[in-house]
Amino acid sequence: MGVFAIHILNALLYSSVLFLIAGGLSLIYGVMRILNLAHGNLYALGAFVTAWAIGLALNAGVPAGALFLLLPAGAIAAAATGALIERTLLRPFYRRPEEYQLLMTFGLLMILEDVIRFIWGPTPLTATSVYASLGSLEIGDARYPTYNVAIIGVGVLAAIFLWAFIYRTRFGVLLRATSQDKRMASALGVNVNRVYIQAFTLGCFMAGLGGAIVVPSQSAVLGMGVDALVLAFIVVVIGGLGSLEGALAGALVVGVVREVGITFFPEVELAVLYFIAAVVLLVRPAGLFGRA
Amino acid sequence: MASNQSLKRLLTWLVPVVVLLAVAPFVVDEFQALTLTYGMIFAIAALGFNLLLGYTGLLSFGHSAFFGGAAYAVAFMVKYLKIASMELFLTGSILANAFLSLLFGLVCVRYTRIFFGILTLALSQVLWSLAFKFFWVTGGTDGLRAPTPTLLGFSAGDDKMAFLTHQYYYYVLGVFLLVVVVMWVIVHSPFGKALQAIRDNETRAEFIGIRIRRYRLIAFVISGVFTGVAGALWAPLNGLASPDVLVWTFSGEIVFMTVLGGFRTFVGPIVGAIAFTYLKTYAVGFTTYWQFLLGTVLVVLILVLPTGIMGAVEQLRARVAKRAVT
Repeated sequence: MGVFAIHILNALLYSSVLFLIAGGLSLIYGVMRILNLAHGNLYALGAFVTAWAIGLALNAGVPAGALFLLLPAGAIAAAATGALIERTLLRPFYRRPEEYQLLMTFGLLMILEDVIRFIWGPTPLTATSVYASLGSLEIGDARYPTYNVAIIGVGVLAAIFLWAFIYRTRFGVLLRATSQDKRMASALGVNVNRVYIQAFTLGCFMAGLGGAIVVPSQSAVLGMGVDALVLAFIVVVIGGLGSLEGALAGALVVGVVREVGITFFPEVELAVLYFIAAVVLLVRPAGLFGRA
Repeated sequence: MASNQSLKRLLTWLVPVVVLLAVAPFVVDEFQALTLTYGMIFAIAALGFNLLLGYTGLLSFGHSAFFGGAAYAVAFMVKYLKIASMELFLTGSILANAFLSLLFGLVCVRYTRIFFGILTLALSQVLWSLAFKFFWVTGGTDGLRAPTPTLLGFSAGDDKMAFLTHQYYYYVLGVFLLVVVVMWVIVHSPFGKALQAIRDNETRAEFIGIRIRRYRLIAFVISGVFTGVAGALWAPLNGLASPDVLVWTFSGEIVFMTVLGGFRTFVGPIVGAIAFTYLKTYAVGFTTYWQFLLGTVLVVLILVLPTGIMGAVEQLRARVAKRAVT
């Protein structure tokens, strides 16, 4: 019983992080019609900044409890970077064919990868003290790290906040209007440029948050961004590019399949995920929740 | 005749370049000759890729599957069939790639634009993850050995370097020229014109009776096979078929080369591939942060020179011609 519960918790843990990454990717695509290939690097940036900040605080003798306050640092750094990127490098491209936008974000991927290497070097950064400070829970006859449960909690909270934000606030209305018909929204007086930069920043914030909360339980390593991006692709393809509900559903599917895969068929785990994505695309081209 | 004109233009480019390439191994050192060989190989890959991007209007982010697939096909032929002949390598990998690209194409050509890109990327990542995980078959991250083959029955003597920089160089040059000619014929054939019609206006092309999906599929297969030829030539030169050429960022490099040269012209991908090879070789030698350098080049390129090197040359020539008239 305990083992089963742990499998479920693992699947949820994985889904939560994936939702944060893929949700941001999907939000950006839904509003701006840009597939951000550098999105994974913003996730990595969130992880590195948080691990670095926690490391600094530890050296300064900050008690473990207060370290939790540093977790959002990575998310804020990713959001700031995103805002800068949108303003300087993406804005000139909205009228150009989408191939150029894709290539631009590919160039950014290469740049950000090395910027991270340049700042923090090739060795992994860890922030395990935060992870260890929470201890573990007993579930039946098994033990499970409390921190991982906290990650699931953050994932759920993020989903609820995002839903409320998009469906219950004025900003959400503007966002949805722009996403449905940019020209009409613009004609009705919506400042589309401002919505774009807000959406991009929010998407990057989510990716950074994903990295920030994951880093105490794993560690920040080079290349984590590209790996995460590819998984986020599977999530948005399954769920539907541009749909947040889809990102949530896709993240759950991928989380469960991955947990089952690691247990029963570790060799083809990734291949099975891609296979599911391909099947979904063939049966429902726009994904489970996508608009055609 | 437009096609005669463009043939003339191609020849004015090609003849001096071929002469230069033909004498190069006797003039430049071994390192340069090797870099040029890599450049020609990538040029073949980029030419194949550009049949989709430049002529059909489909941006594939999964061409690493065909390049890497062919490289692994060569390594498997060495490992399981004990083959050592380059001609058999090429034949085998062309067959393997025709099958692979047909399989991928059947799925991918149902979509266009961004979905086509994601789908090609996802499928190529399937191959990569298989190569990565089935390490007892594929060697995992270490890859598989691909020793120097025999060329038309001649094998490398004691001086492997001399063999690679001369015999292998001319072999690659020969294949490269053949590919250029065949690709030129393809894009100027009625089939090639149909592809361009599909690229420019899908609805109209369908209206005049072009079977869009079938044409796209054929273009996809041709493109995959050409890129595969490059992969088959690359593996023995590199000595190793490794997952680096299967992973999706390598597909990004193929896109990079093509855009660098200019995907709206026939020679663009060739120029871009050779320029990229030099750029990357020197960037890697110059700094650990070569990715940063290449990324910056790509970003600046798209910002100021979206038509690539060939586009800039055309503009320059047009400006000079205009000044000459007035």
